[in-house]
Amino acid sequence: MAAMLNTEANIAAPDAFYEALIDTHRDLAPEQSELVNAKLILLLANHIGDLDVLRQAMAHARAGIVPQGVAPGEES
Amino acid sequence: MRRAGRAESGSGRAFGIARAAYDVDVDYRHLELPYVRSADQDVAPPAHHRVVVVGAGPVGLTLAIDLARQGVPVVVLDDDCRLSVGSRAICFAKRTLEIWDRLGVGQRMVDKGVSWNVGKVYFQDGLVYAFDLLPESGHHRPAFINLQQYYCEGYLHEAAAALPDVDMRWKNRVVAAEKRPDHVLLTVETPEGPYRLQADYVVACDGSRSPLRAMLGLESRGRVFRDRFLIADVRMSAGFPAERWFWFDPPFHRNQSVLLHMQPDNVWRIDFQLGWDADPEEAKKPGNVVPRIKALLGEDARFELEWVSVYTFACQRMERFRHGRVIFAGDAAHGVSPFGARGANSGVQDVDNLGWKLALVLAGKAPERLLDSYGAERESAADENILNSTRSTDFITPKSAVSRTFRDAVLRLASDHPFARRLVNSGRLSVPATLSQSALNTPDRDAYTGAMAPGAPAADAPVRVDGRDDWFVQRIGGGFTVMVFSDDATPAPGVAAGLRALAQGPIPIASIVVVPAGAPQRAGEAEGLPQRTGVDVPRIAVVEDAQGMLARRYDARDGTCYLLRPDQHVCARWRSLDAIAVAAALARATCNA
Repeated sequence: MAAMLNTEANIAAPDAFYEALIDTHRDLAPEQSELVNAKLILLLANHIGDLDVLRQAMAHARAGIVPQGVAPGEES
Repeated sequence: MRRAGRAESGSGRAFGIARAAYDVDVDYRHLELPYVRSADQDVAPPAHHRVVVVGAGPVGLTLAIDLARQGVPVVVLDDDCRLSVGSRAICFAKRTLEIWDRLGVGQRMVDKGVSWNVGKVYFQDGLVYAFDLLPESGHHRPAFINLQQYYCEGYLHEAAAALPDVDMRWKNRVVAAEKRPDHVLLTVETPEGPYRLQADYVVACDGSRSPLRAMLGLESRGRVFRDRFLIADVRMSAGFPAERWFWFDPPFHRNQSVLLHMQPDNVWRIDFQLGWDADPEEAKKPGNVVPRIKALLGEDARFELEWVSVYTFACQRMERFRHGRVIFAGDAAHGVSPFGARGANSGVQDVDNLGWKLALVLAGKAPERLLDSYGAERESAADENILNSTRSTDFITPKSAVSRTFRDAVLRLASDHPFARRLVNSGRLSVPATLSQSALNTPDRDAYTGAMAPGAPAADAPVRVDGRDDWFVQRIGGGFTVMVFSDDATPAPGVAAGLRALAQGPIPIASIVVVPAGAPQRAGEAEGLPQRTGVDVPRIAVVEDAQGMLARRYDARDGTCYLLRPDQHVCARWRSLDAIAVAAALARATCNA
């Protein structure tokens, strides 16, 4: 059976984690923060490894968001 | 007139023509092939042919050679009288070379081509990583050769024209195609006016804009990419190694990608991404091309422009490749981006798959539905190529700001973190399709490890035959072959009797007995095996597994046997030879079950 994304509390020190996350972006311009976030996602995704779990996380992250743009640069 | 570079070093024996016939310098770029009036133009009812191939590019010529070598006469129609204009396709993959080896034209391509295995990826100012496409030894052919398409077509054309069963007709443009119940009626325009001919089968190898496809009201559908690329082939002396170099966002071509390849005759392929807004006509002007190249090579660089072109591309395919008696192959059937070298290479694999099936159907040895398996196998191969090509293109040319951010994040992580190197996608280079879902395969009864599952193209390995070094893949193909691993050069009487029976069926199966290095044998013929008595009885060869690689790559023990198709794909395997099971697998692989 495919592994399930754990959405129960799993971080022992949630406040410390959140502080560290915000600190990671201190003094960065928005584009720099975007790059840091992208690198962070890639590092964590590799650590998780399981594509089923990653797809569940991606679906949760996007759930409820109504697209407001159309992907530019392509036609079919 | 410019001479076409250095003399060839290839041996003439494989081509069936005298060495002198191609040792002269031929300028394939400007060769004009003669229009010759055919007797078909002087007969009232249309002449009938078994196979007409439309399009004399790498795909059509490969098919013509394959069919003629199997004794099927073939007419090749081409609307032009020239080989490829410009170098166009340049990267020919290991599997393509193995197919051309089977047809006797591979060595000449390799001798002229630039062999390479290594790719390097750069991001902005620095090297991100290097990869080796063929990291293991024990393969005859390199991962790739680079060779201008006009050489490839020139060599294929000479091999085809030397075969009596190939009827080459230049300046013969198909202008109408009509599907009749038992044939296809073609109308062909020539410099001396039109004529008609009919064919049992027409194979359309007439390129991405396939006129034949349009004549039949068919379409190739998919995704068109809004980006333009500039190809500049330049002639120069340069110290770059024979490697594929790919730059993301380099200082000399900011925000775009650049690709560099070495070709024979000191010609270098430089491929610049331009973006969608570039004006293709302006971009092609030497005054605009030269500064781009100097930005890469330096202000003082000396070079000559050989060929310049601006291209766009689409990832697309026809819904079905077989339409009754009209069969589509190569770019006519499917298209991909050039990143990955999956265009010409997949087209050559198409006709490798089609040739033996068409020959069996025409000989009445297999039902017509065997041709549907061509469609099924190559449509799924095209899907695999399109998927890989689309993913590469989305990495190389990000379509949104966030896609670009992730792309750059991957490239930044890649220098320090091995995991990110696996995500860098500068083109997933052509690997042969494994036909694992094919209905022609017999499912495994036993357990095996490794890659040689039914559907896989047979892996190469060094062998010794009659005391001489050779390569396994050179020894198979053309017809069905059963490969038997034996610890003893004299197989058990039951095995010998089984092989004898298989050699004498309506579709004869040749045998190769693989013995360990040093096992005693007599002049390539195992004792107790049927000797070659005539042209209809396939040869039975004994090969020594020179370095034990065959047994490893095929996960073999004493007695393990494989049934290999004429296109060198595995279609069944067993832990011991059972002639009845092999015959059943043959029947399944030819739709005779």
